[in-house]
Amino acid sequence: MTAQTEIPEAKTAELGKARLRKEDERLITGQTNWTDNITLPGMLHIAFLRSPFAHARITSVDVSAARNEPGVIAAYSGADFAAEQGSLPCAWPVTPDIVIPAHPPMAVDEVRYVGEAVACVVARDRYAAADALAAIEVDYEQLPPVLDMRTALEDASPKVHEAGNKSFDFVFPQGDLDAAFRDAPVVIERTYRQQRLIPSAMEPRAVVCSVVGGEFTLWSSTQIPHILRVMLALITGIPEQNIRVIAPDVGGGFGSKLQVTAEEVLAVLIARKLGRPVKWTESRSEGNMTVHHGRDQWQRLRLAADRDGRIRGLDVDLLADMGAYLMLVTPGVPILGAFMYPAIYKMDAYRFRCVGVFTTKMPTDAYRGAGRPEATFAIERLVDELAIELGMDPLAVRERNWIKHEEFPFTTVAGLTYDSGNYEAATARARELFGYDALRKEQEQRRASNDPVQLGIGISTFTEMCGLAPSRVVGSLAYGAGGWEHASIRMLPTGKVEVVTGSSAHGQGHETAWSQIVADQLGVPFEDIRVLHGDTQTSPRGLDTYGSRSLTVGGLALVAACDKVVDKAKVIAAGLLEASADDLEWTPGRFSVRGDPDKGVTIGEVALATFFAHNTPEGVEPSIDADATYDPDNFSFPHGTHLCATEVDTETGFVKIRSYVAVDDVGAVVNPLIVEGQVHGGLAQGIAQALYEEAVYDDDGNLVTSTLADYLVPSAADLPSYVTDRTESRAANSLGVKGVGEAGTIASTPAVVNAIVDALRPLGINDVEMPCTPERVWRAIQDAQGGEQASAAEQHAARQSDQTQGHSPQGIGTPDPTGGAA
Amino acid sequence: MAEITVTVDGVKYSDQVEPRMLLVHYLREVVGKTGTPIGCDTSNCGACTVLLDGQSVKSCSVLAVQADGADITTIQGLANGGLHPLQRAFHEEHAVQCGYCTPGMILAASDLLRENPHPSDDEIRDGLEGNLCRCTGYENIVRAVRRAAQAGVSE
Repeated sequence: MTAQTEIPEAKTAELGKARLRKEDERLITGQTNWTDNITLPGMLHIAFLRSPFAHARITSVDVSAARNEPGVIAAYSGADFAAEQGSLPCAWPVTPDIVIPAHPPMAVDEVRYVGEAVACVVARDRYAAADALAAIEVDYEQLPPVLDMRTALEDASPKVHEAGNKSFDFVFPQGDLDAAFRDAPVVIERTYRQQRLIPSAMEPRAVVCSVVGGEFTLWSSTQIPHILRVMLALITGIPEQNIRVIAPDVGGGFGSKLQVTAEEVLAVLIARKLGRPVKWTESRSEGNMTVHHGRDQWQRLRLAADRDGRIRGLDVDLLADMGAYLMLVTPGVPILGAFMYPAIYKMDAYRFRCVGVFTTKMPTDAYRGAGRPEATFAIERLVDELAIELGMDPLAVRERNWIKHEEFPFTTVAGLTYDSGNYEAATARARELFGYDALRKEQEQRRASNDPVQLGIGISTFTEMCGLAPSRVVGSLAYGAGGWEHASIRMLPTGKVEVVTGSSAHGQGHETAWSQIVADQLGVPFEDIRVLHGDTQTSPRGLDTYGSRSLTVGGLALVAACDKVVDKAKVIAAGLLEASADDLEWTPGRFSVRGDPDKGVTIGEVALATFFAHNTPEGVEPSIDADATYDPDNFSFPHGTHLCATEVDTETGFVKIRSYVAVDDVGAVVNPLIVEGQVHGGLAQGIAQALYEEAVYDDDGNLVTSTLADYLVPSAADLPSYVTDRTESRAANSLGVKGVGEAGTIASTPAVVNAIVDALRPLGINDVEMPCTPERVWRAIQDAQGGEQASAAEQHAARQSDQTQGHSPQGIGTPDPTGGAA
Repeated sequence: MAEITVTVDGVKYSDQVEPRMLLVHYLREVVGKTGTPIGCDTSNCGACTVLLDGQSVKSCSVLAVQADGADITTIQGLANGGLHPLQRAFHEEHAVQCGYCTPGMILAASDLLRENPHPSDDEIRDGLEGNLCRCTGYENIVRAVRRAAQAGVSE
């Protein structure tokens, strides 16, 4: 081993480079490994029979005829699993007295939403399995459904579970709210609706399970192979070491695959019963019914302010529809919002309350943003309302209240300490790109000329919390997992590097971004790094991917592991260079002797020497591989200013987004291409909530938006082109990074709705309930022209009342209407 | 069962299939062309788009028996070695995130450019209306198709 090597050319930093993705080649050429692609010898196919009723007692299930159908190997009802199926887990008991009902993967006695599995067929091919479902006889005794969370808590309401329809009542008071509201010159009081959404990842869920010699391998289209492994062991009693979970190529998640599903558990149990590999792949209509839904809240809000626009206090009172059961983090989703309602604004006092309510619908759970879009929507809508009340420009009201850049770090009224941010800079840049003043002028002209197409300007100066860590903080919130992430670096003898991450990617581009981070840390070429993830055998420790945590937690775990590699390599390099380790200098990629820079050794040479281990120093472990587990000491707080211009046709109700500017501060950027892509996709989903999407149940509890023909995931033709840009204030971590996965979704929904309401404001309209379809906008206009504008909540209640004959709109159901209206 | 003969990505196959078998299931499960994924069951998402005698079709909406005698191109056979200009453009414009919609999107785009080699952005958006993507917000997909058009994909 020579100690006199050529000094490698100084590399330009990988961080910040718009690297094209390593992942793409297989994805653009169809060399993909989706779970549904997997075929194993002797593999059987599962089809589920699902409840056609929202609420019913199962009086009998007879699967015997199905067993005689061609190609059928087995058929089971819930009773066949009753002794072993346990209960699907809820890992976030948000209050000590929360009601967490048993949630059997296959219903045994009672069904509580349309689509709940009641029986299944296992057959030699998917067609035979589906055919044989028709031969299963199930008798039900129908029970009354519970479909409106606002009336579900009334004594007269039918019960979803014996214990009643209330799951929890979470209260988070901060500061003296009464004082903030007492004698407040301005009080804004509003009720907003967060409609139910369907996450709609393009890849439907799929599961394959094989069992060989007592060892189970589960392939699943999941975001959380590590958490799933633990949970499967706890539910089924199979020793954890005998379970391997693989998330192969996963076609999007957006929170919907942050779940431990009935079908995953049942696939394991069926494989165990039959000793053969099994597969289940859902159809889209099955998935719309049975993949957990998102959002679904009523938000009652009160904001107290001074006449000069200063916000004094905020009171948030939520009803959150849990659906029929609590799934993995169902109750935690609205609670995540508890910390985000004060957003970027300073105020004296704040109170958050959320009541979780059971209904006979599909459970809700995480969907992109999870709690934070709801909070951001509410506060950004309210601040606009405050501006109108005071006759101020909505940007000026925001500026009056936001945390100034020189005030960071800043502890908010909700108790979070924001490490960095610069709202002034992001807003200034957005204003400039948007042409704010010119658009305001055009708006005035259109208003003056009574143009049938009115222009609206919507603002969202959002922030969010990313990372879902530190562990001790999420622990204090009763979250049933840590918040750390794991990384391993394997230094191969040829100088190449394998990086193992516990953060399981499903479209985010980890293979590329992680390569960039490690390339800088170790001074090895980007091309020489391979990133491995998504298999509990190669990546034994991890907490997976959600909450924009991959980079801010998993990325920093990489840095910690690389630091350890360098520390270990330094000792071996010192031996090779016959120098003291203290005399070595590390410039990424190479150790050199201080004062004699020509004398050095590259990290690759150290790796090779370590592989041989012929002359490593006495007593030193012949390995420079390293593992690290990183637990951050704070969340990260991306922010930005989004501006949206809508043209609203007052004759048809049609809303056209004319321009959309997103200026985001996500801290330091690893790969601007990937960051921009995340923002684009996030914007699309947030705009979709504002304009298009809603999961609708009919009066009997049937999901009527069960296909992509009815649930309107927007196409390219439905969405605008976006202008994106960035400002940068570094986060207080070693990479300076914040997280970007959810920002676009969190920011954009209020920007769009604010723009629509802004366009319609001269007509006396102060809200349009989402999704702001042409019909809803048109009706809002008609109602406004017909007299005093009914609030959106009343409009909704009226519609519900029309449909359901007699669901009376009693506020939003929770008591405690303590406060003065404006 | 019915016998069909189809050419898939330049290779001829003869198989017995159930008359009700969907073309996409035939491609995936009989021929093994798993590069063509399935995203829905109502022909809304377009993930399963392939070229059938040069025209884009949603292969979940075609029976395998209807494809008898046809020449089918999937994402796995679009390029004659190397990458098709659309594949390259999708890579270069970061028009791929999870990649599930990508095969259908690229094949639909290839048909779009065949009919309209130099589309405007609005024409690209309208032309891809039958293909859904949940990751990219479409911005970079539009850029990729534009880039491929500028590079002269149909030549």
